[in-house]
Amino acid sequence: MTDFSFRLYVAGRTARSQAAVSTLRFLCESRLPNRHAIEIIDVLERPDLAEQARILATPTVVRLEPLPQLRVIGDLSDHGRAAAVLGLPDREDMLFERSP
Amino acid sequence: MPGGGAVQRLPTGISGFDDIALGGLPAGRPTLVTGTTGSGKTLFAIEFLARGILRFGQAGVFVTAEETAGAIRRNAISLGFDIEKWEADGQWAFVDASADVGVDVETVGAYDFGALMARIEHAVRRSEARRVSFDSFGSIFSRFHDIGLIRHELVRIVAALKSLDVTFLLTSERLNEYDGLSRHSVEEFVLDNVIVLRNVLRDERRRRTVEIVKFRGLPHRTGEWLFTIDTREGFVVIPLGITGGLERAARTRVSTGNRELDRMVGGGLFRDAIVLLTGPTGVGKTLAALQFANAAMADGGRCLFCTFDETRGQLVRDAGSLGIDLDAMEAAGRLRVIADYPEAASVEDHFLRLRKAVADFAPTRVVIDTLSSLERVVSARSLIDFVIALTAVFREREITTLITTAPLGSAALGGSQGSPVEMARVTDVMIMLRYVERTGDIQRAIAVLQVRGSSQDHSIRQVTVDGSGMHIGDPLPRIAHVLSGSAALTEHPPWPAEQDSASSDSATGT
Repeated sequence: MTDFSFRLYVAGRTARSQAAVSTLRFLCESRLPNRHAIEIIDVLERPDLAEQARILATPTVVRLEPLPQLRVIGDLSDHGRAAAVLGLPDREDMLFERSP
Repeated sequence: MPGGGAVQRLPTGISGFDDIALGGLPAGRPTLVTGTTGSGKTLFAIEFLARGILRFGQAGVFVTAEETAGAIRRNAISLGFDIEKWEADGQWAFVDASADVGVDVETVGAYDFGALMARIEHAVRRSEARRVSFDSFGSIFSRFHDIGLIRHELVRIVAALKSLDVTFLLTSERLNEYDGLSRHSVEEFVLDNVIVLRNVLRDERRRRTVEIVKFRGLPHRTGEWLFTIDTREGFVVIPLGITGGLERAARTRVSTGNRELDRMVGGGLFRDAIVLLTGPTGVGKTLAALQFANAAMADGGRCLFCTFDETRGQLVRDAGSLGIDLDAMEAAGRLRVIADYPEAASVEDHFLRLRKAVADFAPTRVVIDTLSSLERVVSARSLIDFVIALTAVFREREITTLITTAPLGSAALGGSQGSPVEMARVTDVMIMLRYVERTGDIQRAIAVLQVRGSSQDHSIRQVTVDGSGMHIGDPLPRIAHVLSGSAALTEHPPWPAEQDSASSDSATGT
């Protein structure tokens, strides 16, 4: 069941884009195993989608679910803060949830 | 591609602006428009695209960062620009970069404006746009806080915009009218072309000006130019002081409406003449002006009569006493009367109204009665600029123009000694009507001081007025100081020959 859904907008395959993609994947896989979906949009290929969502800065992560929607811009280089602002459960929560 | 080679100009189509820009904005390059809040930046940005569509069939992209696209559409409709229709036709595309209030945005780590650039490029390609307005370039960065990054991104964005081969207008807010730079104090350094809009309250009057600060590599007019925001014409730069390049001179002559006066000016006025008639109140300026207007009936022309002194009714009554039926003239399409209080509008607006009337009515003659009434609303300097701008409009169309005014250099025209000389420079014919005291009587006298391109009658002649109008009689002997407005008999009349002495009004005769 995926209760976290993200859309990540990047501009081309730059180091900054790659960093954002791998950090988001890492955070999700470690904290939301099998509970998340990530869609990556390259705005150079799909500028229309960037227009639709009115994205200005890249990288931008949009948390589509759970509501409310929120946006985080930047390459997510600070993992702890990125997880916090994206509302990801921290490791203690996960351990707690997994315990029988 | 921009870069090497001569820079082309892209005419903006904004009224009067291309005159001061000597043709238009540097094509294929970004130009920064800065100004304080309310200085007209957004309107300038809207008009840049709207005129491109209306006058040159060039599509445009509007990047809005401050107001929403909806707000821009609403503002534009009040100026008669139907953006929605243009959007449907593919001539106008929005890139909405305004703040999205509904969603929280956090920042973690480094970023750039790649998405915004991709959206702009996409919009430009899809609409084949030649013009892009970005309003406001400055405000988009005020939503982000990393100054170092903003500077870096500014340079990068400007470089990317240059590669799109479109002409860009970027707006940015200034905090002060005359000091300092744009909010991020980098825009001016990054951009080669900078225009400043100002909105200053001075002497309780709002004064809007536009100044081209730099236009790298291209000549342009310098200094501040007045502009106004007109509900019909939009952003209008007043080309005050621009006399227009063409100096054709008409060879055909037309009547002043008074046969004796025609003789005095050397056989009538050249058709493109600008005539300045000075005289104190009550001496007969309006009467002469009405005869001048009436001459349009005789030569098949049309007269635009603009009075700042009287109501239409008063003017009709004055004319009636001379046997001139203004109502009939107007009904026949040979006359249009504009009766305006000077205070009803700023001098820029008076100029626009007159220019519009000239365009609509296509007169062969124009009367302005009396110019000095406008002193109440404007400085002497601006009044001369007003005359220069008007005469450029009239000359271009070869309209014979009669401007009446109270004596120059006295209380009129701010008492400035310089004004009448400059006024003489922009007019072709100067005629003076004065009171003279003679053998216990107050009489009237007329003199022609200057006629460009003809030889004039140098004598001072007696003037009488009766029910049929103004009559010019014999030369008056031995009168001095007529020019100073207080003539009296002397044995040796020192008739001043120079315009300068004509204007130095020190009332020495009393």
